[in-house]
Amino acid sequence: MKKTRLNTSHKNLGAKMIEFFGWEMPVEFSGIIKEHLAVRTKAGLFDVSHMGEILISGKQAIDFVQFLTPNDAARLSPNKAQYSALTTPKGTFIDDLLVYCLSPEEYLLVVNAANSNKDYEWILSHKQGFEVMVKNKSDDYTQIALQGPNALKILQPLTEINLEEMKPFWSSWGKLEGEEVLISQTGYTGEDGFEIYTLSLRPEKIWEAILEQGKDVGLIPIGLGARDTLRLEAKLMLYGNDINETTTVLEAGLGWLVKFKKGEFLGREALLAQKGEGIKREIVGFEIVGAGIARSHYPVFINNKKVSEVTSGSYSPYLKKSIGLTYLPIDFTEVGTEFKIGIRDRKVSARVVPTPFYKRSEK
Amino acid sequence: MYPDDFYYSQDHEWIKVEGEKALVGITDFAQKQLGDVVYVELPKIGTQLEFHQPLGVIESVKAVSDLYSPVSGEVLEANEELNNSPELVNEDPHGKGWIIRLKVKDESELQKLMSAVEYEKFLEGIED
Repeated sequence: MKKTRLNTSHKNLGAKMIEFFGWEMPVEFSGIIKEHLAVRTKAGLFDVSHMGEILISGKQAIDFVQFLTPNDAARLSPNKAQYSALTTPKGTFIDDLLVYCLSPEEYLLVVNAANSNKDYEWILSHKQGFEVMVKNKSDDYTQIALQGPNALKILQPLTEINLEEMKPFWSSWGKLEGEEVLISQTGYTGEDGFEIYTLSLRPEKIWEAILEQGKDVGLIPIGLGARDTLRLEAKLMLYGNDINETTTVLEAGLGWLVKFKKGEFLGREALLAQKGEGIKREIVGFEIVGAGIARSHYPVFINNKKVSEVTSGSYSPYLKKSIGLTYLPIDFTEVGTEFKIGIRDRKVSARVVPTPFYKRSEK
Repeated sequence: MYPDDFYYSQDHEWIKVEGEKALVGITDFAQKQLGDVVYVELPKIGTQLEFHQPLGVIESVKAVSDLYSPVSGEVLEANEELNNSPELVNEDPHGKGWIIRLKVKDESELQKLMSAVEYEKFLEGIED
């Protein structure tokens, strides 16, 4: 099993460790509910070094990124990032990702741990004709996320980077504990916060300094368990659950990131056609009306006919309800529509609700 | 940690015999493994349970686990408090977090279970 450079730190903190796509990762430190609520009300620190990083560089780096992804990477200037995807010619997902513009000829793609090798192969297989270099840097980067309303207050004293002025999806290089870092205002929790990337061989210095700095304002370490419940409340997609190679970007409710006007990209024709015809199904958020918790792969019924499966489902620690995501036929996606979910031997009522389930209050 | 007057099953349930009746719950080890319990599906009163038969389901934020009856018997009562406060299973697994009260059918089945000392040894084997 692969270990992140923070593995020993986690074990010293008493984390419960699990295998996650070949990585030994902390699933919880002090309990999923406690960790979840800390991120919503104070702050949480995550080791997400299992995420993959693929560097595309060269004269045609921008052209290549434009070809691979549906969002308009030409709108990025150095130190800006955007959410996007690697799409198939059918407009479905190889992966979802963040694109960081490091310099006019360097783009860093931050991809899912489970997909980093697949993505790398996919990118290489489309490289022909582009004057670019592609490097899989997944094992080199440590990635730490600091999320929650107290994130700024905790991180600012530790770095000369002006985080106060940093806008969402902006990033900046600087020093933290003497180590070179890239800090961006991004995250996967629905809270304000930062993600910190470093090639340092001693990233535990950074991890420990942030924990120490935040201990008086409620900062605690967070495992993958709460990371999943946090992202679900914020309706952030989980690859492999909510999106995959059979779901299109439009069906996943991510049409906003498809920029048809930018020109050619993988999946453009298919997505344009689907947009013209109208999608036949779409992802919706639901809550369970009665008792029970929907889990991924539980069957979804409309008029006693199985129409799909739950893609993500969990107890929501913040809303104290059972929530989830599923794809429904387009005529049944309106808020308030009721349908059934098979939970063991029962069929339980569920209702389409507005998403995100949770939205942070504006400052 | 593990009360001396309970019996313990390999599925990490405990049973405390009080005359013909017995309380059943999950052990401290089990609740720690599960993490935060958020839902307990309780059996109906009067259900006849066989030895090692599923009696309900316990769900934590992340996991779904079957509960097994440590002995045969009839369900006399289910801990309705768990409907509103499933966290009692985490907070007090051997007390307020009890799950059902059974009428024990065959006391000899208790001999198939472990004592506290045996259960602690059994856990050492798991944790190694």
